[in-house]
Amino acid sequence: MKIRITNYFKHQTNAAPLAVFRIFFGLLMFVSILRFCSKGWIHSLYIDPIFHFSYYGFEFVKPLGTFTYLLFLICGIAAFLVAIGYKYRLSILVFFLSFTYIELMDKTTYLNHYYFVSLVSFIMLFLPCSAQFSVDAISRKKSYKMVPNWTIDSLKLMLGIVYLYAGLTKINSDWLIKAMPLKLWLKSKYDFPFIGQTIMQQEWFHFFMSWGGMFYDLSIPFLLIFKKTRSFAFFLVVVFHIATRILFPIGMFPYIMILSTIIFFDAKVHLRILVCIERILQIFKIKTHALNKPIIQIEHYKVRKLSKFIILAFLLLQLLIPWRYLLYPGELFWNEQGYRFSWRVMLMEKKGNSVFKIVNSKTNSFFYVNNNDFLSDVQQKQMSFQPDMILEYGQYLGNHFKNQGHQNVAVYVESYVSLNGRLSQQFIDPSANLMDLKDTFKHKYWINPLKDEIKGF
Amino acid sequence: MKKKHNFYILIVLFISFSCSNTTELDEGLVDNFDRQQILENVTDNIILPAFEDFTQKIVQLEESLSLFTNTKNLVNLEEVQARWFEAYKIWQHIEMFNILKAEGVYFIQKMNTYPASVSKIENNISTGDYNLETNNNNWVAQGFPTLDYLLFGLKANNTSTLLFYQNIENIAYLNYLQAVVSQMVHITEIVSQDWIVSRDVFVSSSENSATSSLNMLTNDFIYYFEKGLRTNKFGIPAGVFSAKNARVGNVEAYYNSTKSKELSLEALKAVKGFFKGETYNSTGTGASLKSYVDYMTETNILSLAIITKFDESEQLINNLNDNFADQIITNNSLMINVFDKLQEGVILLKTDLLSVLSISVDYIDADGD
Repeated sequence: MKIRITNYFKHQTNAAPLAVFRIFFGLLMFVSILRFCSKGWIHSLYIDPIFHFSYYGFEFVKPLGTFTYLLFLICGIAAFLVAIGYKYRLSILVFFLSFTYIELMDKTTYLNHYYFVSLVSFIMLFLPCSAQFSVDAISRKKSYKMVPNWTIDSLKLMLGIVYLYAGLTKINSDWLIKAMPLKLWLKSKYDFPFIGQTIMQQEWFHFFMSWGGMFYDLSIPFLLIFKKTRSFAFFLVVVFHIATRILFPIGMFPYIMILSTIIFFDAKVHLRILVCIERILQIFKIKTHALNKPIIQIEHYKVRKLSKFIILAFLLLQLLIPWRYLLYPGELFWNEQGYRFSWRVMLMEKKGNSVFKIVNSKTNSFFYVNNNDFLSDVQQKQMSFQPDMILEYGQYLGNHFKNQGHQNVAVYVESYVSLNGRLSQQFIDPSANLMDLKDTFKHKYWINPLKDEIKGF
Repeated sequence: MKKKHNFYILIVLFISFSCSNTTELDEGLVDNFDRQQILENVTDNIILPAFEDFTQKIVQLEESLSLFTNTKNLVNLEEVQARWFEAYKIWQHIEMFNILKAEGVYFIQKMNTYPASVSKIENNISTGDYNLETNNNNWVAQGFPTLDYLLFGLKANNTSTLLFYQNIENIAYLNYLQAVVSQMVHITEIVSQDWIVSRDVFVSSSENSATSSLNMLTNDFIYYFEKGLRTNKFGIPAGVFSAKNARVGNVEAYYNSTKSKELSLEALKAVKGFFKGETYNSTGTGASLKSYVDYMTETNILSLAIITKFDESEQLINNLNDNFADQIITNNSLMINVFDKLQEGVILLKTDLLSVLSISVDYIDADGD
């Protein structure tokens, strides 16, 4: 066994998949950042709002005012440099840090695919992605043909985790027995071409998509691993993600997943892709070889031992994190304790309405807060049904009015939430003074339990 | 096999950049709820007749004012006041449609921002230097609330008001009254005409996108219910949004506040009629948010819950004093009860209804969590 493991880690393979992955990843991130800017989201999400929701322990990470644009600029440039493989180690480090910083600035915009990007770029910190076909290879006049096989496998495993957990989390009674929330979403996309008004209104179709989605997510990592099924699997990946892109506003995620799964193909495919890229570059008269001296081809790239252990520990952690919800009592979809960072995607149609009441606890006089005065539309929408955000905002309000000179400030919230088509019910204990509570990793006992049960993961 | 790989990659790159455009609907295949019927019913049987009626009422107001300008007597003054109220009542059916031209010309803000600013009005009158059209500082110095002040708020009773306007020294007040009314006629006609012209385009935009007619209409309806009805008519006057006490001056039609209850009941009637798809000022119902909710939920539990909240609110309002200013002074908790009941309606509209309709609001990317 031990020998097999050591042998596995000694096993070498062509570095082309890493180069292709690096190029696609870098370019996609570059485009993502451009897209983000062009939509005006830097301003509307990070500069305009006066309040930002922090992640536990990262309260110091805040938008930087006008310098936020600079942060995005740095992130975009880093992404581009990653793509071309220029000073790769530094570029990917800068990208990882700046991208993660951006994501940590405000919890409102949490998306699983942003989390995925942060994780992948962390892994890439330790991988020799610029061994071949990079500016680095030209400038150091050394190109490495082979890299340890595990470096490529680590990315495959990361992708496998995403799909597998996304599939597992779909095994729940709302998704499979009630076809919720897909039933609501598909029915409401009646303007979808050709099938919007017909098939998409049919109950069997809602169930077909729910069950199909679950089986797709669960099986795709395995179909991608085996050579026989790989092409078919990739075809499914393309169809599935394009379909979700058309149906739902999920931005760049489908493209990221499609291009990432190319990593499962063997080196020959990647070498051909590199040839294609080379040809495209030639059209623009960009040389992919050093001018005078030829690049020395070196057989093996040596990866530091430590990297191996860091990646291993990291991936193990990734396997564990999605299960942390088991440590909490109550309904996960309702309480959202351990909901983030666990590949729960498209599982809930959840909407809330949370009105905050500022009370003078001595005189019992009170007034309601107009959330528009403090939060953007997006922030209000997200805050209204997520307990940790309700608490953070409530305490911010309490301190805000204290500073304005209000006495004996107590903050209560009248919060109602509807989940997956259920009638709305009161979400937060209306008698809980938010100023007395603390956000911790402990169970939030001040959430009223869901008056229903959702079985499954 | 090898060729295939390249082929897939090409597909990816091709589809990725060409897929976001949607094509025409195939209308021959419709076998489900037709959302365009909601738009047709709401536009043809609610919006257009309400605007027609309102335009008529506002023109009558202008006519009564010119009659009063020519012959300043008590009968003519009271006629202006009566026309003001008639128009104000019908306005309650108009305010929720802050859409298309109405949004563009700030129709709602110009017609009914209250409380009016007495100092702004007085200042405009004394300097004679004002622009009601473009200056948004003047939203508080025009429309129904300003007429309320000029017709009821200047003097304690109609006899003194009449004497005031008969006095040639106060000609500037009469001029301002006329300017405000002609501005109201002017923008009403603009918005009203636009509805007639854009009816076909509006009705055909039934898709589910942030800018489609149905979504805008639904969002505006909910916004009106929360802000125009719950907050403005009850919440702010009852003082639930301020640390200080109730603000009697914020009652709608404050200077003639015996009418405040009737106005709010009319607004609730309009809300209910819109939700149920009831023809304006007549019998008959058609496709509506209610029938759409019933289709989406496959029951009528939610729509009935919403209608029940409307009915319960109506009962609570019926129990109030005709004069909200008096009600607030004598027993403000009854005002707050109405606010609370309307808030229960807001919850059903903003959480349950929006969830079930999955109205698309494309602010940012989402992955459905």
